[in-house]
Amino acid sequence: MACAASTEPVGRFDLDAPWRLDAQVRVRPEAFGALLYHFGTRQLSFLKSPALAEVVRSLGAQPSARAACTAAGVPARDLMKYARALETLAASKMIREREGA
Amino acid sequence: MSAGPLPLADQFQHGLAAPICLTWELTYACNLSCVHCLSSSGRRDPRELTTAQCRAVIDELQRMQVFYVNVGGGEPTVRPDFWEILDYAIGHDVGVKFSTNGVKITPDIARRLAGRDYVDVQISLDGATPEVNDAVRGRGSYEVALRAMRNLAGAGFAGFKISVVMTRHNVGQLEKFKAIADRFGAQLRITRLRPSGRGADVWDELHPTAGQQRELYDWLVAHGTDVLTGDSFFHLSGYGGALPGLGMCGAGRVVCLIDPVGDVYACPFAIHPSFLAGNVRDPGGFAGVWRHSELFARLRRPQTGGACESCSAFGSCRGGCMAAKFFTGLPLDGPDPECVKGHGERALVAAVPAAQAPRPSPDHSHRAGPYRAAQRRPVPLTLSARPPAPVTPSARPPVTACDPDPLAGFVPGR
Repeated sequence: MACAASTEPVGRFDLDAPWRLDAQVRVRPEAFGALLYHFGTRQLSFLKSPALAEVVRSLGAQPSARAACTAAGVPARDLMKYARALETLAASKMIREREGA
Repeated sequence: MSAGPLPLADQFQHGLAAPICLTWELTYACNLSCVHCLSSSGRRDPRELTTAQCRAVIDELQRMQVFYVNVGGGEPTVRPDFWEILDYAIGHDVGVKFSTNGVKITPDIARRLAGRDYVDVQISLDGATPEVNDAVRGRGSYEVALRAMRNLAGAGFAGFKISVVMTRHNVGQLEKFKAIADRFGAQLRITRLRPSGRGADVWDELHPTAGQQRELYDWLVAHGTDVLTGDSFFHLSGYGGALPGLGMCGAGRVVCLIDPVGDVYACPFAIHPSFLAGNVRDPGGFAGVWRHSELFARLRRPQTGGACESCSAFGSCRGGCMAAKFFTGLPLDGPDPECVKGHGERALVAAVPAAQAPRPSPDHSHRAGPYRAAQRRPVPLTLSARPPAPVTPSARPPVTACDPDPLAGFVPGR
């Protein structure tokens, strides 16, 4: 199981790129945030805040990850924290960069 | 999960919208009679859910977004509709990991399975050698499991699981198990022996010693996430660092069991009326049981750790396994019987005699296990034709109520 809110350093996550959920991923809302499940890798991830869950759900409809964070009301000072969480999700193939956007 | 000992676990104490780890036992029927069977399986229960009822459960799991189920039994593949249920589940966004002793995993079936997404297979093996395995699972069961593994590997099914219940006789075989898994490109999964089902009868003799528990813990720490555990050894985290996993008892909060007749229990190791939450055939269905059962509501309220709360290890072991305590007669807010600080052993000495501990029920064990039946000697029997019809009335056998002869009892006049 991968955990979205880890403390790994931010490396290559591109906040300004367009992102989307992997087609094999489903999102289940939970009181603490949400549960992601990847049917391909059979991995679970826990999104430990409702705001992060909203960011992840809306990625595909926003021009960039940064825009998704802004739309979900993430304060600018928290952006790096969200970028780290998104990077973890990208590393476990839960989210992917959108091509041709 | 990579974040240490977890605020998430605290969140999970209040229960999730739906289970993450749902075990669904499809039948109590089994071709084996393993001495430690958690569900006391053997004979099919005539009230078993029908194919249509199983489909209705799957529909509900799909609506609740239960993404996968751990299917077991009994031996689930002996249900004639097993493959149909499997296909229905994976066609409805419910992945299936099923546990089997391998009896039906022919080369043909292995090829079918290898070609499917969202299916995972777990072959049970409780000894890395036939002697150790067959003593627990029955004569010939090692060879059946190994044949299934060869068939799966031969069909290109990568990463199937080999599932081992740790006992006093196989802790020393961990490296051998790992070698078997590596040989087949499989993944090793080891779980804890519970005193549930028939396991209650053999727990005293089979559960690992304190020394073996330490050995097991060190081995798990050394192997990290390479080896799966179903989060079943969190009671050992009292030795030091937490093991990978949620590290808490998820009964009724994250975990539950649907048994073959549709009864919903708090966890797969707690098949007993005390942990029965409802039935999937109740008016609200499975969702109704999960959301509204009184038992689950109680389990989701803050639990008291009782005497354990003052222990330095309580933060990591959280008092251990509810079912293990229950079936060894220990109080649920006390130490686990295998508490690494030794509190469990001391409590067991002081607790009710084992004979008075709650008995697992219901029991579907074979009345005469196949293993025992196979050992039974042939009964010497000589068949002989009936003597030819008597010539004189005096030679007739005495008349009985069942005599088929229409002339029985007729004595011709002279």
